[in-house]
Amino acid sequence: MTDAITVKNLVKTFPKSNGNAVDGVSFTVRRGEIFGLLGPNGAGKTTTIGVLTTTVRPTSGSAEVAGHDVAHDQIRVKQRIAVLPQMNNLDRSLRVREILTFHAAYHGVPKRQREALADSLLKELGLFERQNEKIARYSGGMAQRVMVARALMHEPEVLFLDEPTNNLDPQSRLFLWERIQALNERGLTILLTTHDMDEADRLCQRIAIMDHGKILVNDTTAELKKLIPGGNALELQVEMGSGVEGLENRLDSLPGVIKVESMGSSGDGPDGAAYRIYAAEAGALVGPVVQAATGAGLVIRDISVKNATLEEVFIYLTGRHLR
Amino acid sequence: MSTHSLSAAPVTARREVSQFRLAINAVRAIAQRDLVVTAREIVQFLLQAMIQPLFFLFIFGKVLPGIGLAAHGFAALLLPGIVSLSGLLAAIQGVTLPLVLDLGFAREIDDRLLAPLPVWMVAAEKVLFGTLRGAFAGACIFPMALVILGPDFSVRTDRIGMLVLMVLLTGATGATIGMLIGTIVRAEFISLMFALIFTPLIFTGCTYYPWAALEHIRWFQILTLANPLTYCSEGLRYAMVKSGGGMAFPTLDIRVVIAALLVGIGACFYLGLRMFLKRVIS
Repeated sequence: MTDAITVKNLVKTFPKSNGNAVDGVSFTVRRGEIFGLLGPNGAGKTTTIGVLTTTVRPTSGSAEVAGHDVAHDQIRVKQRIAVLPQMNNLDRSLRVREILTFHAAYHGVPKRQREALADSLLKELGLFERQNEKIARYSGGMAQRVMVARALMHEPEVLFLDEPTNNLDPQSRLFLWERIQALNERGLTILLTTHDMDEADRLCQRIAIMDHGKILVNDTTAELKKLIPGGNALELQVEMGSGVEGLENRLDSLPGVIKVESMGSSGDGPDGAAYRIYAAEAGALVGPVVQAATGAGLVIRDISVKNATLEEVFIYLTGRHLR
Repeated sequence: MSTHSLSAAPVTARREVSQFRLAINAVRAIAQRDLVVTAREIVQFLLQAMIQPLFFLFIFGKVLPGIGLAAHGFAALLLPGIVSLSGLLAAIQGVTLPLVLDLGFAREIDDRLLAPLPVWMVAAEKVLFGTLRGAFAGACIFPMALVILGPDFSVRTDRIGMLVLMVLLTGATGATIGMLIGTIVRAEFISLMFALIFTPLIFTGCTYYPWAALEHIRWFQILTLANPLTYCSEGLRYAMVKSGGGMAFPTLDIRVVIAALLVGIGACFYLGLRMFLKRVIS
């Protein structure tokens, strides 16, 4: 059985822009997998999804979805995919039920089948009572449910979700996460983009971290977390003072420290400095680190142990926070 | 978790339908969607398309000749112009306004673009639907004119085939112009566009006067040839106006009319389609 998605050396350059929006990306998504593209805004995630869903033409490279080339076999690709977009693009001229049944009709689902499927989806997603209203009367969370239902109306093999929970309230977000997992358990392959680490960690079996149009790493969440040397880190924030100079070296020489990274002047005030100290046992270093800082005459603002999360992995790889 | 029951038919072996069948199915469903949406606002549509011609026919076809300010028989020359104007405008509006919404911020067209059909067919369906909408509006003028003009209603019946063709060509002209406007003009400028385009279009399109009568204002007569509405009006005049006293009523040569309209439709469709593809695929 072939993979659900195969992307090879994909490049997309938009006219009038310097640099490539997607810059030589390759990855595969296996059938039945939830795969995450994780990265900050502007990393190239949405463009990658655009290529895979046939709305963006690749500049070079190739991509196959469900065994069909996205550039040359668009009809076959479109037949097999569903897209849950970043923004509400529901047809405002139609009633909610019609949005579902017409979507299925576009995809050639026979009438009896599409009416039955619309019935059950509307009921399960709690939309049945309001199925004859137009979408303008719906809240954001409700509209999202309609988009979920619409995506499921034509038996897709691969579902694309572009930052699906971006503008949702916490309850709707949880609701969608459960739905995504339930669909995956039924065998649907899912590719989702997000800049929410928690979301990626929770849902995805494998993750590719993207930045500036490139994939930095691509692995299971567990393996990605092992990228952080020693597994965890200590974050220290101090107020700026003369003792700051040389502090990094002093921290580095502490026993058990694997690597020290200066995070620049982050923190609450402008005149602070922050460091990230990677170690096998970061918790045990709290004492020595505090001593090193106070010994240099510095005032500590904050010190905390960071367990390995995807966010930590991202910061480790790029040296900056995700948002 | 109760959510495990989520519907969506299981991913089974897919029925292999030919791509052609898939595309035809999709176009048909999209046209059906347009039909449902249009049928739901049919009253609005008729009001929008009929109010202006109703007053034009009444004032210019009935009142002015009645008080001696227009020649008797003017109504017969005016009616083809009113049919062509109404058909053209209804077709333009029927394509432009939905297209601006479709391509606008919310991108409501996405669902149709992701249907299993070539993207150009989505645009072609819009043009086809706009054509029929324009032709329908043009056809609606006839019963209305019969009521308003009464005994002055006069249409020759020996060129019905040509009349049908001209009504359809008028619709197609409007629909392709509509696609061009809808893909070029941004939503915030659309009402300005209507004012800038429609007023000159209406008054230089030989709607209220036959082209041949302009021979004494030669420069204006030549200018009107740049307006597609001129060819629609003249073609309809050819198909509708009875010849008086054994003399054929002089219009633009019907072969020129048809050729010009076909070229115009082709050119607008080509340009509109290119713009459309540019807007929906990056």
